[in-house]
Amino acid sequence: MTSSGTSQRALGVALAALVAVGGAAGCSSSSDGTAGAAGGTYTIWDPYPQFDGSSDWVKLLTKCGTDAGVTVTRTGYDTTDLTNKALLAAQQGNSPDVLIVDNPVVSTLAEAGVLSATEETKLDTSAMEPNLLGAGQIDGKTYGVPIGANTLALYYNKKVLDAAGVDPASITDWAALNAALTKVAAAGKKGITFSAIGTEEGSFQFLPWFWGSGAQLTALDSPQGVAAVSLWTDWLKQGHAPNSVINNTQTTSWQEFASGDYAFAENGTWQLANAKKLGFEYGIIAIPARDGGTAPAPTGGEFVTLPVQKKTDRYAASQKIVNCLTSNDNLLATDTTLSYIAPTAVVQTTQVAQNPELKVWVDAVKAAKGRTGDNLGTKYPKISEQLWKAVQAALSGSKTPQAAMTEAQSAAK
Amino acid sequence: MNTATQTAPRDRGASTPTPSRARPGHRRAGGGTGRWAAWAFLLPLAAYLLAFYAYPLYRNLDLSLRDYTVRSFVQGDAPFIGLTNFRQVVGDPTFVPALTHTVVFTAASLVCQFGIGMALAVFFHQHFRLSATLRALFLVPWLLPLIVSASTWSWMLNSEAGVVNALLRSLGFGSVNWLTSPDWSLVSVIIANVWIGIPFNLVLLYSGLQGIPPQIYEAAALDGTTGWQRFWRLTFPLLRPVSAITLLLGLVYTLKVFDIIWIMTKGGPADSSTTLATWSYQLGFGSLLPQFGPGAAVGNLLIVAAVAFGLVYIRVQRRQGGTA
Repeated sequence: MTSSGTSQRALGVALAALVAVGGAAGCSSSSDGTAGAAGGTYTIWDPYPQFDGSSDWVKLLTKCGTDAGVTVTRTGYDTTDLTNKALLAAQQGNSPDVLIVDNPVVSTLAEAGVLSATEETKLDTSAMEPNLLGAGQIDGKTYGVPIGANTLALYYNKKVLDAAGVDPASITDWAALNAALTKVAAAGKKGITFSAIGTEEGSFQFLPWFWGSGAQLTALDSPQGVAAVSLWTDWLKQGHAPNSVINNTQTTSWQEFASGDYAFAENGTWQLANAKKLGFEYGIIAIPARDGGTAPAPTGGEFVTLPVQKKTDRYAASQKIVNCLTSNDNLLATDTTLSYIAPTAVVQTTQVAQNPELKVWVDAVKAAKGRTGDNLGTKYPKISEQLWKAVQAALSGSKTPQAAMTEAQSAAK
Repeated sequence: MNTATQTAPRDRGASTPTPSRARPGHRRAGGGTGRWAAWAFLLPLAAYLLAFYAYPLYRNLDLSLRDYTVRSFVQGDAPFIGLTNFRQVVGDPTFVPALTHTVVFTAASLVCQFGIGMALAVFFHQHFRLSATLRALFLVPWLLPLIVSASTWSWMLNSEAGVVNALLRSLGFGSVNWLTSPDWSLVSVIIANVWIGIPFNLVLLYSGLQGIPPQIYEAAALDGTTGWQRFWRLTFPLLRPVSAITLLLGLVYTLKVFDIIWIMTKGGPADSSTTLATWSYQLGFGSLLPQFGPGAAVGNLLIVAAVAFGLVYIRVQRRQGGTA
């Protein structure tokens, strides 16, 4: 009894200590605020947990902080965690000073009043490509600066295409792509793999075909939208795409492509490093639009944002940090590390000069558009959820493409 | 579950004697400091219960009764809307399928887990060589982290590259789209859940079997009963108290199963394997724009169901304690 009492008391003390420490940590960021522009600790959150303290990325953050005359504390979160973490932090009044966040989330956080507009924080966004900046703009206000972009294109297996007698350069519209898939099937190989999983990832992969067909997110059940779903559904029916795409993430879809059996894979800029390890010759073409030309793919990549602070004098140093991160030299270094395409035309040119392979990606990024653009903002997540559900329903055969999209449109309103 | 008619010779519930009630007023004098000490000892537990049970439950109830948008979540000024979230959730086209799937998932899992668990328990009760080793091996599903077993299942059941389909094809059958067909996805997650739940049933029923005195079986053997008769006339009725507990605990566990389904199918395709638990998560965290209110409402409905069955459990247990 005595011993258990002691341990319980010890537990109580430990709990009290924990609470005290937690409380102190909660207050620390606001108490630092008194230090103002002259020194102090500034917090940065980013979705790159793969980088630790010894990485170039974290060294860059530290250097930018030192140049701005402050100390930087950086935490890397898993990207799916970061939205909820940022919302909770804002609720408790201890948002980080600088938040780097996935671009479709910017409008959600801005709607929540978590992010400050660039007009207030004096962030310069003039050098950024307008189609990339679009994801961070709502009602004429801009809520951050893109740090880099990625998007989707078609990787192809050169050996499979050669064996089937397909010239990848000829694939400029859906008809040509379908013809190529038929030839590949005739040569006894598998056609195309992509990801149609029931998450945002599935919508991300479907959008190039949806937009490439001429459809708009405001009318999912338009004939163009239904045509895009039918394109995918027919691929599954004809065996051009494996049934497993319904559960594929972009990573598992890449693994299928890496097996060497598939002619095409829809995947992103970030796979470039893995592509070099494939063990077979590959190439990349832009995703074709229905009637020719490059389909607009959705932009991926993060924005650097400044969450709202009670002490507005903190913005000055934060703004210096962001300007440092998005200066041309640093953008080049960061986007090379992340395997991203830079958000400014100047740096894009340098990237292509250094690595001509990136040309197709720079073109794809130029044609890409933000998911939350067109002033959709926080309407996008609702539409996107219905979109991936409709695609899954059609691919799995539980509904026809037309029925799936009609229901999706009425549910998304 | 009529336990009054049954005569359990050695009721396991009776192993704890009925607590002798302390006579009121019979307390040590000078209890002032003693009572304070008693309260002080109670404090850590009370604080723990408040911080980790009462407050989250209160928050969840509060979330489900207010109209939370991302903005009002941050500003903390979400208006009170009463039962609107619940009405919205119940009127949602996903509600009826999710409820049906939850019932089917729970019922099918329980029946299979219990049936197979019982068969294995009787089997291992024979005490053959290596039976202890084999029984230990059957515990593996229980010891594996769910993320590992669920990922393995989803890999085995993959339409293209899965070993299950490879086996089916080599035997001359067509392949089945286990996880990607609306007709099969619920079956697939039930299979995985049954596999994970068997050890729990096996362990409880096996320990129940050990509580049945061997003399009864000897007597029955002298009377010339067959093995089948011995199971239905002796083992099964004598195991009834343990069975009831096993089933009720299994019910509460299965109701809230989320991770297996989420990892294997995300509730899809087209909601064909969505249960109330995955739907609640989907609403709250599954899209870019969290819907905390409706998500919490679904979560509360699940809690109510689990509590109802929990009360049944307590009642059954008390009644069994009373028969001794």
